[in-house]
Amino acid sequence: MLKKLSLATAAAVMLSTPAFAAGGAGEVYDYDFSFEGPFGTYDENQLQRGLKVYTEICSGCHGLKFVPLRTLADPGGPHLPEDQMKAYVDAMFVSDEGANMHLYDAELDEFRALAPTDHFPAVNSAGAPDLSLMAKARAGFSGPNGTGINQLLKGMGGPEYIASLLTGYTGEEKEEAGVTLYENKAFPGGWISMAPPLYGEDVEFDDGAPNDLESTSKDLAAFLMWTAEPKLIARKETGFVAVIFLTVLSVLLYLTNKRIWAAAKGKEE
Amino acid sequence: MAGIPHDHYEPKTGGEKWLQKRLPIIGLAYDTLMIPTPKNLNWMWIWGIVLTFCLALQIITGIVLAMHYTPHVDEAFASVEHIMRNVNGGYMLRYLHQNGASLFFVAVYLHIFRGLYYGSYKAPREVTWIIGMIIYLAMMGTAFMGYVLPWGQMSFWGATVITGLFGAIPGIGEALQTWLLGGPAVDNATLNRFFSLHYLLPFVIAGLVILHIWAFHTTGNNNPTGVEVRRTSKEEAEKDTLPFWPYFVIKDLFALAVIMVVFFAIVGFMPNYLGHPDNYIEADALVTPAHIVPEWYFLPFYAILRAITFDFLFLDAKFLGVLAMFGAIAVMALAPWLDTSSVRSGRYRPMFKWWFLLLVIDFFVLMWAGAMPAEGLIPLISLLGTIYWFAYFLVIMPLLGVIEKPLPRPATIEEDFSAHYPKSKPGGEAPAAQPAE
Repeated sequence: MLKKLSLATAAAVMLSTPAFAAGGAGEVYDYDFSFEGPFGTYDENQLQRGLKVYTEICSGCHGLKFVPLRTLADPGGPHLPEDQMKAYVDAMFVSDEGANMHLYDAELDEFRALAPTDHFPAVNSAGAPDLSLMAKARAGFSGPNGTGINQLLKGMGGPEYIASLLTGYTGEEKEEAGVTLYENKAFPGGWISMAPPLYGEDVEFDDGAPNDLESTSKDLAAFLMWTAEPKLIARKETGFVAVIFLTVLSVLLYLTNKRIWAAAKGKEE
Repeated sequence: MAGIPHDHYEPKTGGEKWLQKRLPIIGLAYDTLMIPTPKNLNWMWIWGIVLTFCLALQIITGIVLAMHYTPHVDEAFASVEHIMRNVNGGYMLRYLHQNGASLFFVAVYLHIFRGLYYGSYKAPREVTWIIGMIIYLAMMGTAFMGYVLPWGQMSFWGATVITGLFGAIPGIGEALQTWLLGGPAVDNATLNRFFSLHYLLPFVIAGLVILHIWAFHTTGNNNPTGVEVRRTSKEEAEKDTLPFWPYFVIKDLFALAVIMVVFFAIVGFMPNYLGHPDNYIEADALVTPAHIVPEWYFLPFYAILRAITFDFLFLDAKFLGVLAMFGAIAVMALAPWLDTSSVRSGRYRPMFKWWFLLLVIDFFVLMWAGAMPAEGLIPLISLLGTIYWFAYFLVIMPLLGVIEKPLPRPATIEEDFSAHYPKSKPGGEAPAAQPAE
């Protein structure tokens, strides 16, 4: 009986635990992203479009203080050519005098201090949260009944939450204690203090990709997933190699074990 | 070493004899590795190796993580992000360590429930059981303090809630809490001491693990029948046992490899599934998360803590909750003296089986209740779960031993083994090239 129980235990632990990872009660739409599932990867072009949305719109209020600027050129991310990355840093420095960053310096890169000196600025306007880890700091999915079991199939839902939030404004406003609140279907509680940042056709993309509200929101959400989890592709590759290697090892150990025990169990070898 | 009679190490070369007289370390390693092990052990006896592996994994990844981590309230969160982004392979080290804690607890719960089902705690293995319970407590302390180190919202507020429990102790509570935290609230002093202790405790656990192994190598392993190995002579013992190497080493390694496939799939493809999103928000003493919950492995005991919502005599509900939580583990530790049955293994206890199954279900109900906000029916469910937990150890266990009529057991381990493998030759020796039939 205990053998069966142990299987049930393992299954139940897998299923029952993320109950506490429940997100808000808002409506989160399950958008498709290229990086979902064990084999999903980032779409470089989408990340570059998301970077543009962030730069032209979000960066006015929100920082990305944990993201090193040089990583914009890393493979497995937006993968900007080095000269474009440097140009991006230069432009940012000029426009942002109070920021806590210095120019990107390839030589500094080798002797990086722990304190961020080559990072996106930690902006900015009061109350606007830093976006570096936002895609991991929100769980869009928590069903059924707040147990979080659906995260096994859908993922945590951070990027879906971000995209749903950006497209979730109803246009209603109200004022409370001198603060304007905007109704939003995805935001827990339904009223958010951030004015709608995107309306569609806010940004022109160099690659001619659609710039309607939903596409722009998804591009930004994908970019923020990268800022939160920059090593996602390397991690999945490592996991994949480990799983294959360990599966082979398991088969070999199974055969070894069978052979070793055969005599004791009186079985033919 | 007392125990099951078996061959001992005989130094053969001059060098071995020289060393054996001065430090019998090869002999110790030989006796440990070649220890006679009941040959009918089933797959629930693999968790010890998995746990040993977890301890090694956590210590090795932890030491490297500590090289890059900064235990200061202004730097801790950023230094974890530094590990995730800049340290070579840092994201893997960190996710292995984070999910390694979960694997550690999956394994320890299966290990404990195996012991409870097969009566591994019963005489003469009480000391093994008690040391195991101390290891489990030390694991909980280590995991709790480790969860504070990333200095996210759940780290901070989890630490605030749990250390607040000590404040509930009448009289000395507040002074004790201040002493533990190193100040009036969770702050830099707390983070520093938690880091120091989180580094220390795994080595204490390693020492306790050696005692745990020493204890059960002295008494011999329990086994699914609960029938002891015959030990009047070496020949008889050999009919019930096989040496640990290679039979059980290879078996355990096979099980470990299969578990590692699942573990690496989780680390590689869904490393944050068991974590809490709020811990990716830096700790902020001014913003309380909507719903503070501990990691999954604490949830059953967290539910017991919250189950007591009423004052009793001069004791307030909070303190009673703390007593219930620690009491839940204490009654488990007392199992060797609460179980009155003359039969060790649950396999031959027809009534016990069902009560045990109910205990396992109770554990999961409490885990679920601990994860839910304490509203509606949840406090009542937690209270019922708590009552059953205590009733199982304090009432059902002592009573069952008296009223239950056990099933017949095999006389020897050999008999049980032969029932599974009819062709096996008594004694377990390799049949010398029998002609194929």
